[in-house]
Amino acid sequence: MTPPSTALPAIEVFDLTKIYGSGNTEVVAMKDANLRVVKGEVIALLGPSGAGKSTLLTAMGLINPPTSGRIVIGGVPVLDGPRPLVDLRAFRRHQLGFVFQKANLIPFLNAVQNVQVALEINDVPPRSARKRAMELLDYLGVADRANNLPDALSGGQQQRVAVARALANEPSLILADEPTAALDSHRGRQVMELFRKVAHERGAGVIVVTHDQRSLDVFDQTYEMEDGQLRTGQTPAG
Amino acid sequence: MNLAAQDIRHNLGRFALTAVGIGLLLMIVLGMSGIYRGMIDDALIVVNRIGADLWVVQRGTRGPFAEISRVPANLEHRLRAVPGVVSARTFVSHSVQREHQGKPLRMNVHGLAWPEDKGAWVTLTAGRPLGQGHYEMIADASLGLALGEKMVLGKDTYTVVGVTKGMVSSGGDGIAFLTTQDAQAVQFDLSGEAIRLERAARVQRAVEQDIGQVQPLLLERGGGLSSGIPALARPMVSAITVRVADGADLATVAATIAGWPDVSVHTRDGQEELLVYGMIDKARRQIGLFRVLLIIISTIIMALILYTLTLDKIHDIAMLKLMGARNSMIVGLIMQQALLLGALGFGIAWYLGGWIFPKFPRRVLVTTEDLLGLAVVVVIISILSSLLGIWKALRVEPNKVLS
Repeated sequence: MTPPSTALPAIEVFDLTKIYGSGNTEVVAMKDANLRVVKGEVIALLGPSGAGKSTLLTAMGLINPPTSGRIVIGGVPVLDGPRPLVDLRAFRRHQLGFVFQKANLIPFLNAVQNVQVALEINDVPPRSARKRAMELLDYLGVADRANNLPDALSGGQQQRVAVARALANEPSLILADEPTAALDSHRGRQVMELFRKVAHERGAGVIVVTHDQRSLDVFDQTYEMEDGQLRTGQTPAG
Repeated sequence: MNLAAQDIRHNLGRFALTAVGIGLLLMIVLGMSGIYRGMIDDALIVVNRIGADLWVVQRGTRGPFAEISRVPANLEHRLRAVPGVVSARTFVSHSVQREHQGKPLRMNVHGLAWPEDKGAWVTLTAGRPLGQGHYEMIADASLGLALGEKMVLGKDTYTVVGVTKGMVSSGGDGIAFLTTQDAQAVQFDLSGEAIRLERAARVQRAVEQDIGQVQPLLLERGGGLSSGIPALARPMVSAITVRVADGADLATVAATIAGWPDVSVHTRDGQEELLVYGMIDKARRQIGLFRVLLIIISTIIMALILYTLTLDKIHDIAMLKLMGARNSMIVGLIMQQALLLGALGFGIAWYLGGWIFPKFPRRVLVTTEDLLGLAVVVVIISILSSLLGIWKALRVEPNKVLS
């Protein structure tokens, strides 16, 4: 089910450009990228290595500001070029969720605590945070591993916990950078389907950077990046 | 959820070892304070316990604790005649080192003015004060002499009739209390050969002078016992201690004695000051400097450990920042670990110190004041040492997660 184009936008980016270095060492990593993802939509960002996918993702994640362009998340203008229009850290806390190639779970916290910490950062009281974290782990099918440290979890289980953490504060946008790169094809597909489920059931916009061509059918839309240019890809048949 | 506690639980072994290391360092800092305090306390024991109001010493000297002081023993009779003086007693104190049971034994010999002073003011843990004018001694427990044990000093054998504890000289040597006459006998003991040579030398000196020519009896006496020669007086003593009567003005008594041209007079406070700021001053300052250095070293080591612990977590800190964690949460994580490390180190230092310090050869006196002082220092160095880690953590960019 593709969300209607009239749905509320999770994120809109306008003419996003990122230039590293200056003069002879200047590298244009991204040029005039425009993108709109609505809530409940899951999109894939495809392209070869060095095409600028991660640059776009980190710019949208408010951790690597663009050189120029604008970013609006959940209807709130947050960046005008490199200039923040809101407290970026607080905004990330409330509105964004991240999933990476590596799960990046905090090694000294068990699965439920890894989710709980995201909630406590957002001032949710510990008891409520734990209850909500357990619900999320249950939703993602890893509740039975709640008390295990990351070392004791498989790669797929770790990614599920990472997705649970990303969902914890009910963000309007989830950004995933190669989330299945470290997983086998079966588990990789499971994770991709999870993103689709999350987007459609929880109403978050989900942007997934991926090389994995086998799971494109789970996405509502695909975009391709090459040499810093973003263009609309094929709409998957699924 | 307390992140610091979770991290510590996850790295319990390493954290515990670090705490033990810090604890040992802090124990040395505490020990240095204790040695310093012990040194002062030891130095003041005799001055405080002997209960003298005034110390009368050789003119121009600062007394027996600072330098050699020689006054005639009969000075005590002159002092007793001063209005306001209740008692005057000879003071003899010197260090000797002898072989005892195959081991070197160093002791401070302290003369008691028998029969007025039998050592009743010395706190005994066993035995009794001196009961006769010769050949008895009260020994400090640190000398390792048991009650009833006999020891040869000079040409005489002394029996331990009393044992005391914690009575040591400013040099840390245990004190042996003898009568003044015995203490002097030990001090001026010469071997038989040395006595014979001295007698021969005396005769030779007398022969070379006209008095020796015209007084043959002098030559005969010169070759005999020293006590048989009227010109040779009883050996001099180090000082005379004076007690002033209740109600008498100490300053007036002191001024009267100070007016005599052959002696100087010091108050008890003066002697204490002399000991603390004179005799042991360099050792005191040296220990003080060591203490400061150790605190600096502890701070640096703690800072490096906390910095390393922070570096180990830098990726996790970046992740927390990416999730929007406030700086206070990250500062709290490092600061709490620093304070816990300091607190554990302090506890270990306290516990180990209490167990090890009594086994030290010199007294290590740990006072409540020093413990509280160290606790404050530990809090300060914990905060200071965490700053490097905090600085590093706050500089981490959230996009470090991607690397």
